[in-house]
Amino acid sequence: MRIVIGQGSCGIAAGAEKVRQALLKEKIDARVSITGCIGMCYLEPIVDIYDEDKLTRLVKVSESDAPAIAEYIRTGDREKIDNLVVTDEDSEFLSKQTRIALRNCGIINPEIIEEYIEKDGYTALKKALGMTPEEVIDIIKTSGLAGRGGAGFPTWFKWNAARNSEGEEKYLICNADEGDPGAFMDRAVIESDPHNLIEGMLIGAYAIGAKHAVVYVRAEYPLAIKRLKNALEQAREKGIIGKNIFGSDFSCDFMIKAGAGAFVCGEETALIESLEGHRGMPRLKPPFPAQSGFWRKPSNINNVETFANVAWIINNGGEAFAAMGTEGSKGTKVFAVTGKVKRSGLVEIPMGKTLRDVIFDIGGGMKTDKPFKAVQMGGPSGGCIPASLIDTVIDYKALGATGAIMGSGGMVVMDESTCMVGMAKFFLDFTAKESCGKCIHCRIGTKRMLEMLERITKGEGKEGDIELLEELCYAIKDGALCGLGQTAPNPVLTTIKYFRDEYEAHIKDKKCPAGECSDLIEYSINADKCKGCTLCARNCPVNAITGSVKQPHVIDTDKCIKCGKCYSVCRFDAVVKA
Amino acid sequence: MDNCIDLSLLDGVLDEYASVKGSLITILQHTQDIYGYLPKEAIERISERTGIATSEIMGVGTFYTQFRFEPVGKYLIMLCQGTACHVNSSELILQTIKDELHIEDGQTTEDGLFSLKCVACLGCCSLSPVMMVNEDTYGSLTPDKTKKILKELREAAV
Repeated sequence: MRIVIGQGSCGIAAGAEKVRQALLKEKIDARVSITGCIGMCYLEPIVDIYDEDKLTRLVKVSESDAPAIAEYIRTGDREKIDNLVVTDEDSEFLSKQTRIALRNCGIINPEIIEEYIEKDGYTALKKALGMTPEEVIDIIKTSGLAGRGGAGFPTWFKWNAARNSEGEEKYLICNADEGDPGAFMDRAVIESDPHNLIEGMLIGAYAIGAKHAVVYVRAEYPLAIKRLKNALEQAREKGIIGKNIFGSDFSCDFMIKAGAGAFVCGEETALIESLEGHRGMPRLKPPFPAQSGFWRKPSNINNVETFANVAWIINNGGEAFAAMGTEGSKGTKVFAVTGKVKRSGLVEIPMGKTLRDVIFDIGGGMKTDKPFKAVQMGGPSGGCIPASLIDTVIDYKALGATGAIMGSGGMVVMDESTCMVGMAKFFLDFTAKESCGKCIHCRIGTKRMLEMLERITKGEGKEGDIELLEELCYAIKDGALCGLGQTAPNPVLTTIKYFRDEYEAHIKDKKCPAGECSDLIEYSINADKCKGCTLCARNCPVNAITGSVKQPHVIDTDKCIKCGKCYSVCRFDAVVKA
Repeated sequence: MDNCIDLSLLDGVLDEYASVKGSLITILQHTQDIYGYLPKEAIERISERTGIATSEIMGVGTFYTQFRFEPVGKYLIMLCQGTACHVNSSELILQTIKDELHIEDGQTTEDGLFSLKCVACLGCCSLSPVMMVNEDTYGSLTPDKTKKILKELREAAV
C-alpha cells in the first residue's frame, strides 16, 4: 500500500500538510509520500491510496479523518472512509481530459528524480541528442506547437531564428513569470513536474545551440522555486545538466532568477531587462531577442507550458501532437478554470473543444443558482466572452475573433452577480498600476480610462462616455510599444461590445443590473417575506434596521452603509438588493 | 530605528554578488530577506560595493512591487486581488480587514502587529478569496472568518 498526498500550493493551503502529519502519526504500514497538483483543486486536500495499481481517491480530507484512513489500511474496512471516496461524477473531471503537459502532475513525486525517470523521463533528451538540431526543430515544426504564453507564435520559428543567429554565446530562457491574475497552470507544472520543464528546456537549448538556460520565475511562487532548485540539483548529480550531457558534445548550465513582481515582465524584452537587473521596461523591436536578447546575445524565450509539451513531442513524434486540435491550433491547452464554476481546477484538453465542454461538461457548470453570464479569458490582455458565444471553439483564431484571446489559460467564470463594468474597471485598475510608464498612451491612457470607469460605477457617468472610452481604447492600442499596452483596452472593448446595455444602465438609469456597484444599489426589506426574526437587525453594523420581534423590519436608507450583511444573513430572502 | 541597522549582515550577500553583473535585483531580494525591508543605509552600502548609483537602485527598487522601504508589522497580510478573488467578493474581505485594523493598503497598525498589502494573484484561485499571512495561506474567506483569523493572530502575539 502506498499513500500519496497532493501537495501543490493549493493543496497545502487547504491543509494537505496537516493531513500528512496526522497520517504519519498513525504509524500505518504504508509508504506516505507526496505528489504535486492533481488538478482537482475544488476537492483539496486529496489523498490517493494505491494498492498495487488500484487507486482509491479520498477527497476533502481533514486531519480528523486520519484514524479512519489508518483503520481502512489496517483492516480494509471501506465503510470507514466511504464518505471521503471521490464520486464517479467528480472522477470525470479528470477522465474527460487529455493530459500531455500535465501528464505526470499529481502522479509522481516532484522531489524525486527517479520517479520522473520511471515515466520515461529524459529519454526524449537522449533521443534528441542523437539527432541534429535541425531535425529536432523539424519535429517541433511538424507538431505545430505554438507559444502557450498567450500570443501563440509558432515555437519552431523562434527556435529556428535563434539557431540561425550568429554568435557562440546563446541563451534559452523560460518565462515562468505567470502574471495573469487568475492563472496558475505554470506554477502547477513547476511544482508538480519540474523535470519535465527542465527536459523541454534542454531539448530547446540543444536545438538553438545555447549553453545557458535561465528560468525567470515569480517570487510569489516560493514552492515552485524550491522544487525547481531541488530538481536542478538532482539533475546535475546525474550528469543531465552541465558538461557533456549523456556523453555528447552538448553542455548546458542552468540558472534560476526570481522575478520581483511586475506584470510587464511577462513581455519578453521587459523580462530580459529585468534579468539584467534593471527596471522591467520593454525594448524596441527589432532587433528581436533571437538576434539581440539577454546581454545582447541571441536568446529564445518560451513559456513553461510550451516547454512542458516538448519532451512528449520528441518521444511520440510531431504527427501525434498535430493529430489533436484544429487546422490552426495543434495539440492540447491547459486552462485554470476558476470563479463561479462548480469544479475549479486545471483542465487540459485538445484544441478544438468548445468553451461549453470546459465550463459545463468538465467544470460542471455554475456553483451558484444564478445563470452563466460570461467567461473571462486572457486576463488583463483578454476579454469577456458572453454566454451567447459559449460554443466558441478553443482555437487561437476563433477566440481572437470574439475580441478575447487564448491567453495563458486563465478562465474565470462569472454569473449574473458579476458587474461587467466593474470587471472592466478591475482590469484597468490592474493595468494602470502595472504600466511601466514608458509609453504615454499606456501610462496616461489607462489612468484616464480607469477614472472614467470609476465615475460610471459611482453613477456619475455622462452621455458620450462609452464613445470616449472606445476612442481611448484604439488610441492606446496604436500608441503603445509592447503587448501590455496594446492589449490593455481589450477588457473594456469586449465588455462594451457584449454588454453595452449594462454600461448604459449605469450611465443613464444610474443602476447596476448585477447589483454589485455599491453606490448604485439600495437595500430594502420585503415586508411579505420578513418573519421578524431580528437576525438582520442584530447583524447590522450601523443599527440601520429597526422593527420588533415577529414584525416586518425596515432599513433606514440614510443610515445604511450598503455593506450587504443583512442580505447575506437573511434566511428568508426578505432583503432585496436593487 | 534606522540607526540600529547592522550593515555587516550584508557582507555575505555583497561578497557573493557585488561583482556579478545583472545581480541588483537578487541583492535587493536578499537584503529584504535580512531586514524585512530595504533600509536607506543598506541601499547606500550596496551602492558603494556595486558602483551602481543610489538613484538607479531606488529606480529598480520602486519599480517592483516586492520591495518595501519601511519596516512591516509582525504579521504581513497579503490580500489577493486576482480575478477569481475579485469575482468571489474579495472587496468585502478588504473592507473587513480595513475596518478591523483601521489601516489602509500599504499601512501598518500602530502597535506594529499587522501590515496590509494588496497583491496580484497568489495562484490559489480555487480557494478564493485568499490571503496570506506571512507564510500561511488562508482560503475561502468570509468577513466572519477573516475577523476570527485576525483575532487569533492578535491573541497569539501577546
